[in-house]
Amino acid sequence: MSDKKTLIINGKEVEFTDEPNLLEVIRKAGFNVPTFCYRPDLTQYGACRMCVVEVEYPNGRVLINSSCTMPPETGIKVKTNTERTRRIRKTVLELLLANHDRECTTCDKSGKCELQQYAEEYGIKDVSKYVAKRKEDFLPIDDSNPSIVRDPNKCILCGACVRACSEFQGHSVLGFANRGSKTVVQPIAGKPLAKVDCVYCGQCQAVCPTGALTIKNEVNEVWNLITDPQKKVLAQIAPSVRVAIGEEFGLEPGENTIKLVNAALKEIGFDLVFDTNFSADLTIMEEAHEFVERLSKGENLPLFTSCCPAWVRYLELQHPDMLKHLSSCKSPQGMLSPVLRTLVPKYFEGFSEENINIVSIMPCTAKKAEAKRSQLGKDGKFETDYVLTTQELAKMIKSAGIDFKSLEPAEGDSPFALYSGAATIFGASGGVAEAAVRTAYEFVTGEPLSDIDIKSMRGVDKNHRCKDVELDIKGTKVKVRVVSTLKEAEKSLQEIKNGTSDFHMLEVMACPGGCINGGGQPRSCDDTHVKEKRAQGLYKEDSELTYRRSNDNPDIKKLYAEYLEAPGSHKAHELLHTVYEDKFKGSYKDVVKA
Amino acid sequence: MSPQTHAGLDYSKVDEILANYGYEKSNLIAILQKVQEVFRYLPLDVMTYIGTKIEGLSPATVYGVATFYAQFSLEPKGKYEIKVCDGTACHVRGSMPVLNAVYQCLNPVVVVNGKVYPQMTADAIKIVIATIMNEEEGK
Repeated sequence: MSDKKTLIINGKEVEFTDEPNLLEVIRKAGFNVPTFCYRPDLTQYGACRMCVVEVEYPNGRVLINSSCTMPPETGIKVKTNTERTRRIRKTVLELLLANHDRECTTCDKSGKCELQQYAEEYGIKDVSKYVAKRKEDFLPIDDSNPSIVRDPNKCILCGACVRACSEFQGHSVLGFANRGSKTVVQPIAGKPLAKVDCVYCGQCQAVCPTGALTIKNEVNEVWNLITDPQKKVLAQIAPSVRVAIGEEFGLEPGENTIKLVNAALKEIGFDLVFDTNFSADLTIMEEAHEFVERLSKGENLPLFTSCCPAWVRYLELQHPDMLKHLSSCKSPQGMLSPVLRTLVPKYFEGFSEENINIVSIMPCTAKKAEAKRSQLGKDGKFETDYVLTTQELAKMIKSAGIDFKSLEPAEGDSPFALYSGAATIFGASGGVAEAAVRTAYEFVTGEPLSDIDIKSMRGVDKNHRCKDVELDIKGTKVKVRVVSTLKEAEKSLQEIKNGTSDFHMLEVMACPGGCINGGGQPRSCDDTHVKEKRAQGLYKEDSELTYRRSNDNPDIKKLYAEYLEAPGSHKAHELLHTVYEDKFKGSYKDVVKA
Repeated sequence: MSPQTHAGLDYSKVDEILANYGYEKSNLIAILQKVQEVFRYLPLDVMTYIGTKIEGLSPATVYGVATFYAQFSLEPKGKYEIKVCDGTACHVRGSMPVLNAVYQCLNPVVVVNGKVYPQMTADAIKIVIATIMNEEEGK
């Protein structure tokens, strides 16, 4: 007898192995059922009932089951598209729509909203037989923070955001409250996100099927800058954007489109276009220097990476006693803006500190909040003026009528154009640590690291959220831990507090898999493999670049020679390093608040 | 070290309850019931506190449980809670006269700027207000 397990889907015999639920088997077999609450990277919840299927058991019984919560069974016959399943789904859609703020045209999710999509596919034309949500019952919209907008009137209570917050970041800022028709998803007591321990990672809105959670859109503000003839507008593009934005224009995830992005930004009207990869190299120069210094002194180890603003905010809110571990390096976004403000006027005519405005293109919603940190600006003027997410840039490109795929590829502007492979892998979990080690090794030994691909640090799927790597730097054993999600980071923090940790460096990225899966990236919550393809895109670029180590980048060498002097110098500290703020007061754990 | 207190809340009692229930997520409802016995309601800060102390929970999750069940109150309640059933059967068996008797026995409570005046009557409130007005004029 063979061990082959099979079942029948829509008359076709389908083999299955260890799929966690029937829905996955259905999708693998090339069929589909609609879902709101099912997200492959989150636990199954079975709330929305959109994925119902008709299941005929060997004994002849026919039941309606939600396929996301049902394990596949041998011998069952499944029908995904019957009169009954269609009727159930239509009723679900009608009830949701009746209780929904249907101002679709002005909704930021319009065109990407799954409720809108299924309502259209299932031909829902009229929901007037149900009592509609009344305007006077609408709850207030929360746009209190720089990153995320929460509109409870568009919430369908699928709970995906609650699970993302809890399962990725570990402390579920969002939760269900009340019961029955009064049920809402909200932070404790309906407080605004800015007043609770939200770190603005945006994973909640990345899994939200509707407009209940959206990115705070700054596209109009950026258009205003660009159309102002008095202003010079500079762009910087983060590593992860290049391997994801193509998805918005029908390209494959992982396809490196940096030259098309450069061209699109010029076409839109940006005066100069730079690459955050350049300052990722700069970050490595400073951070590797800092790491080697701390290692030799045995001080403030493990060193925490500081590129991820959600992670920084998490420490400031929940573990201010651990801030001494955090690298004093600004993030690559934070470094490039002051460098450009200082040096662009020296290299380019017509640019002055007064007329320069900087817009960064990031895969991240928390970067919007980072740009507004008081430490990264002065007198109410910030070093980075606006942060657009990958999604927002795609909207700009579309609204400008640009045919992205047929653009003439363009280079970034020199002298800050060159970047190393070490910089480009910053976007994937493990990339910052790998880049740092490539340079730190050389700083310590004076010789380049021969095995430059540190594969044990790589991997962005569910099973690679915590990676321990031991390296031999000419006899000195250095242990590096790489984690993604704050839930994993918290475990490492507890190890440090308990005295059971033995690693010297901790790389943290708050989003599962790193920035390639950031809250500002094109929507991909239905496909767990998209982030893997994006990461592969970055590692592919790394392997093809002339320079693989940050310290080999000629533009970086030039910047140090002409201006910064050396890593860790006074000038470097002025421009590239920062301080952190104890935000414990008023946070969750501050129970003795007034 | 003195117990953590603020706004009159004694967190040492919360700690005791949490310890008795082993800081277990699955005991949340029992914990909230005990906490409500102590404070007569569930103060927001205490829910936040519990949410940070039990692994796998968060303040928003605790708040969700507290607002799901009718047995929990988020508003302070009196020392004695009197419930008079006015369901159909109780109504025909004379619940309204009982309720009126309760009103007569207890008189309403009046609170002026946080100061509580129990068993208030129409005559007594005039005296309270007159006293306050005199004090204001004397300033």
